[in-house]
Amino acid sequence: MTLLGSLSLWLALLVGLWGAITGFVGGAQQRTDLQQSARHATFVLFGALLVAVISLEVAIFRHDFSVQYVASRTSRNLPTFYLWSALYSGQEGSLLFWAAVLSLFGAMTQLLTSRRHRAYLPYVAAVTSLVATFFVSVMLFAPANPFQRLPFTPLDGSGMNPQLQNPGMVFHPPMLYLGYISITIPFAFAVAALLTKKLDADWLVAVRKWTIVSWLFLSIGLLIGMWWAYVELGWGGYWAWDPVENAALLPWLVMTAFLHSVMIQEKRGMLKKWNLALVIGAWLLSIFGTFLTRSGVISSVHSFTQSPVGYFFLFFLLAAAVASIILYVNRLPLLEAEATLESVISREASFLFNNLLLIGIAFSVLWGTLFPILSEAVKGTKVTVGPPFFNQVNIPLGLALLAMTGVGPLIAWRRASIPNLRRQFAVPATTGVFVLLILLVAGMRDIGALMAFSIGGFVFGTVVQEFARGARARHRQYGEPIPVALVQLLSRNRRRYGGYIVHVAIVLLFVAFSGMAFKRETEATLRPGETATLQGPDGHQYSFTHLGISQYNALNRQVTAALLDVRRDGKAIGRLRTEKRQHVDALGNRTFEPSTEVGIMSGLRVDLYVVLAGLVNGTEQAVFRFTINPLVWWVWFGGFVLVIGGLIVLWPGGGAPPGTGPRPPRTQAGYVVKLEAER
Amino acid sequence: MKAGTKFALGAILIVGSVGYLMASGIKQTGQYFLTPSELAQHVSADPSFYDLGLKVGARVVPGTVSKETATQTLRCHITDGTVNYAVVFKGLPPDTFTDSVEVVVEGRLQRDGVIHATNVLAKCGSRYEAVPKA
Repeated sequence: MTLLGSLSLWLALLVGLWGAITGFVGGAQQRTDLQQSARHATFVLFGALLVAVISLEVAIFRHDFSVQYVASRTSRNLPTFYLWSALYSGQEGSLLFWAAVLSLFGAMTQLLTSRRHRAYLPYVAAVTSLVATFFVSVMLFAPANPFQRLPFTPLDGSGMNPQLQNPGMVFHPPMLYLGYISITIPFAFAVAALLTKKLDADWLVAVRKWTIVSWLFLSIGLLIGMWWAYVELGWGGYWAWDPVENAALLPWLVMTAFLHSVMIQEKRGMLKKWNLALVIGAWLLSIFGTFLTRSGVISSVHSFTQSPVGYFFLFFLLAAAVASIILYVNRLPLLEAEATLESVISREASFLFNNLLLIGIAFSVLWGTLFPILSEAVKGTKVTVGPPFFNQVNIPLGLALLAMTGVGPLIAWRRASIPNLRRQFAVPATTGVFVLLILLVAGMRDIGALMAFSIGGFVFGTVVQEFARGARARHRQYGEPIPVALVQLLSRNRRRYGGYIVHVAIVLLFVAFSGMAFKRETEATLRPGETATLQGPDGHQYSFTHLGISQYNALNRQVTAALLDVRRDGKAIGRLRTEKRQHVDALGNRTFEPSTEVGIMSGLRVDLYVVLAGLVNGTEQAVFRFTINPLVWWVWFGGFVLVIGGLIVLWPGGGAPPGTGPRPPRTQAGYVVKLEAER
Repeated sequence: MKAGTKFALGAILIVGSVGYLMASGIKQTGQYFLTPSELAQHVSADPSFYDLGLKVGARVVPGTVSKETATQTLRCHITDGTVNYAVVFKGLPPDTFTDSVEVVVEGRLQRDGVIHATNVLAKCGSRYEAVPKA
């Protein structure tokens, strides 16, 4: 199998190069034979990499420990579930996974792109093939070959890191990778548009859906990663501003900016340069993130073993950046705006401010992440910044951005009039003030949280008003009952109302994030029967009684479990168990350091989060850390809503094209109608 | 005032606040990240490095780790090969914190020459891969 795998990697390298050359040359010389060949190359490339992936999975499932990758990532007693994820749990395998997924996307783009955008396809094939070829060449030459054999065959592999043995780790990396990898498609279209000089709104249509696809995958990947960090790492939070988390957040921020500013280009023919720069920037950031993860230049919980792979990525990043910038600058004269900003109180301006905030956040995150390197280069001493820096900078910027989330949809395109503003802002602003007053009366004094909640109320008011006005208009116009009108509204204009649902999700997430300001924590050493109490921020008193320790052997681990009886204001509400796990190999030898399984009782208001830190001298006396995390449930729920909103936007069809179907009369109040008329 | 000018003012306001927030954030929360040798140099050159919040990246000296579960105290020595510091940490160290791993210690060097840590991180290049057995 390893021979087959290696051979298919070499085949992929050759085919990829061929695809890149024929794509670029065929596109430039208008030679249809070469263009066709480039298209076919994307299919063969995918086929070759698929064979390589299957070869590796077969080696993993057969426990072929003569393969170094298999021996160092898995063991005979590893649960089958995690054998699947072993494919991408290490450096070499994840490179293969990356290349294979990219080649799949590349082939799908060739098949799924509508005939209208055919002119771009040879260049798109060239770019996707070239990037995939780069990943293959890293495997072959760095070298990071997943099919590398050991000079001997060990009896058992060294197993998978226990922290990766969590369901979240089976889904988080592929989702994040899917997001990361699919950014290449919009980038490929951007390069194709620049090369073909077909820079009209047409290419936007071609890339928009792909951008939403990768935005959605990236969102899901980030959310599952947060969930994994929360339930597995045991430090009581879900976001640590770790360099690699930041690296995944950066393209997400830039793509979010793009998804907004692209609307201005569609409607008004403005921001062409900006939009192209965002697409190119998002892709470069994704490669930069890969470089960070794999080079070890910045210490992070995510780092892979240090290896020459980093240099390959650095070189690729620089070469790609230089090539894209040269091409971009060359085409700048073709990217003049067709309209100018008419008023600063307009949808365009508010989207621009939103973009500036998103990019500002992205820049500060990038700066903070790179600061150790930058300060060392400039001053000779490494200075690091941590979560306090990121929170201090991003809480105000995030709140401003949240406010723009509510403001944007309320302001008319081109120029908003005062009466229009009054009519639009009355309800949402009242909602925000109302929320603020209630919380002040309830005794909340944390300024950040107060602002997050009241601005959240404002944004929520905006969205509700939008849905209500739209539904009422349909109700009056077509006599549809309100529930039907709501569904119709959503399905007729998925992009817009799906977007509003994403806005609701963002509100939920912000509210949930600010809940962490009220986190409570205590540590206690308890004998069986003893109780620790902790006052919750929700006004209840929680008590935890240590019931005892049990020790037993499971599939691939020795478990030490503590059971706790949990009471709220003296009333029993359930039991929590938290474990220390010592993983062992098939022969019973210890592998890895002990790991912790967190006990979590999740509720709408608070999560009770218990970590077993250890036993005192092997007795049943145990050390615990108790944390009360407010509103964490809402992070996951907000994430769910975000995904639903994203899927609605993405769902094919998207309602009647403009100019067809019934249309509400222009005289209806609100800009819902105005916008329809403007199309 | 033209719309473009007004917009530019708004943009400058945003870019300015981003810049201000970043500069003040780094000033207030930035921490030196040093090796034990660098720390020793800095301290001998400038005593204000005592009791200053900083991070030290080093290797744990094998055999020096003592974890007292009852008092939740961790003691160890860290070194970069030339300079050696004693570290005291009260709290729960991460699972990965053991002998001879690379660590990042966050805390303050006191006059007694001991680093009083507020946080310890095990920095393990091969964190997600088993250490190859010799």
